Amino acid sequence: MKAFATPLLGCCLLAAAQLAGATETPRPTPYFAANCFNCHGTEGKVNSAIPAIAGRDREYLAEALKAYKAGTKPATIMHQLAKGYTDEELAILADYFSRQK
Amino acid sequence: MIRFNEDRRRLLQALGATAALGSTSLLSGCATTGQGKTIGRVVVIGGGFGGATAAKYLRKWSKGTIDVVLIERQSHFISCPTSNEVLAGHRKYETLVHSYDALRKNWGVKVIQAEVTGVDPVRHTVSTDKGEVIPYDRLVVSPGIDFNFGAVAGYDAKARESILHAWKAGPQTLALRQQLEDLRDGGTFVLSIPKAPYRCPPGPYERTSQIAHYFKTHKPKSKILVLDANDKIISKTKLFADNWAEDYKGIIEYRPNWNATEVDAASRTLTSEIGDKVRGDIINLIPPQTAGQIAHQAGVVNANNRWADVNWITLESTAVKDIHVLGDATLSAPTMPKSGHMANQHGKAAAAAIFETFSGRTPQPITMANTCYSLVDHRRAIHVDSVHRWDAEKKTVVPVPGSGGVSTAPSIEEGLYARAWAQNIWADSLG
Repeated sequence: MKAFATPLLGCCLLAAAQLAGATETPRPTPYFAANCFNCHGTEGKVNSAIPAIAGRDREYLAEALKAYKAGTKPATIMHQLAKGYTDEELAILADYFSRQK
Repeated sequence: MIRFNEDRRRLLQALGATAALGSTSLLSGCATTGQGKTIGRVVVIGGGFGGATAAKYLRKWSKGTIDVVLIERQSHFISCPTSNEVLAGHRKYETLVHSYDALRKNWGVKVIQAEVTGVDPVRHTVSTDKGEVIPYDRLVVSPGIDFNFGAVAGYDAKARESILHAWKAGPQTLALRQQLEDLRDGGTFVLSIPKAPYRCPPGPYERTSQIAHYFKTHKPKSKILVLDANDKIISKTKLFADNWAEDYKGIIEYRPNWNATEVDAASRTLTSEIGDKVRGDIINLIPPQTAGQIAHQAGVVNANNRWADVNWITLESTAVKDIHVLGDATLSAPTMPKSGHMANQHGKAAAAAIFETFSGRTPQPITMANTCYSLVDHRRAIHVDSVHRWDAEKKTVVPVPGSGGVSTAPSIEEGLYARAWAQNIWADSLG
């Protein structure tokens, strides 16, 4: 997304975006999200026994990752991998993949 | 340490064009999908899981503003992962073979089929057997492993015609499959495993299960004798031991601490370092390994004259500036396996570090993960996984406490994931 035309307008749009639950401000590429691409496809897009994660509901992804980490959601492998990331990183992953269309 | 030639950067900024880097005509056709602005040039040696991934992600994350040349001696990528299934007749060889065309078409990587003959770290150039001299700002060396045949007396060129390793997928994979097909029922297959570290820690044990399944279903009187230079099964230990005891009882015999130091090809006999002798109908001898030859030539092999030590934030060599080393050729960080999955992760970490550096930012540590499936028969798999995070005190990446693990037991579900994993990592690395 391009920079906003004026600082004032930028503020308004930003505030509106935050109210709508979306964040449109540019942010650095979370390179570590690419860890997930090996199995779930580049940018989480894939059609295979291993499920796609691109474009899925952010809250669902966040809750699933949290539950894997806590060991409360059954899995073959994700319960082990999720424990390698901080809570903040899991939230970033959920947000990142929810925005891939 | 200067990460990027400042004079060169200023020159580039002044000229604002690829012309500054395009000192040879070779790259004049190289696609820059950005606004024609180039922030640096990277040459990648080796188109395996590490090199191909680095090439793709350099182009992707830089939005085409980094010129990338990938030099690979083979016309096609041939996957080691899943090649054990080919040996057992559970998979077609053709499924291992993948084209580099998508890297060219989708990402604008300039893929050159050639053998690298020299690296000049002072002039920042790479030369090939085709007579090309290719300049780089950053070089990525991802050559995989080479074999130390000299460690096993008698494993000379003549012996290698009949004593196979099949530890690089390709013609050897097909040749070993042929030996297995030709074996009489009641014959003995001997697998010799070198001391760790070697490429793909669970690979020899997966091969054992795969071939045991082939014998059980096609040649039930045949046996496998596993001679392991290590003191135990070094990966997925209990899972393989249980699988062999439950499913392949009477087929597999496992001998730890059996280090083959001599082979006689004519009589198909192995001799251990303490003088034990074993004869087989097929000898599958995996020799000790070292970083690919070009890594030695580039001067980055600075650990035991075998492996390349790297900075685990940038994957840059600790021996030679502006050269990054990926994959099996590296001196592995603690508990980090030499695997295709890991090499893919190295490729991404190096791509991110190089792009950040070219953009004038300081590369940050990136957590990496490994996942490795092994098929134990025609449809069930087991896995091992781990997550590796930068430790500022230890200045390396270490496994995150409490993370990672292995399967509880082989399952069909994991077999499906194993095959999906292969498809997906091939696409992620090459697609």
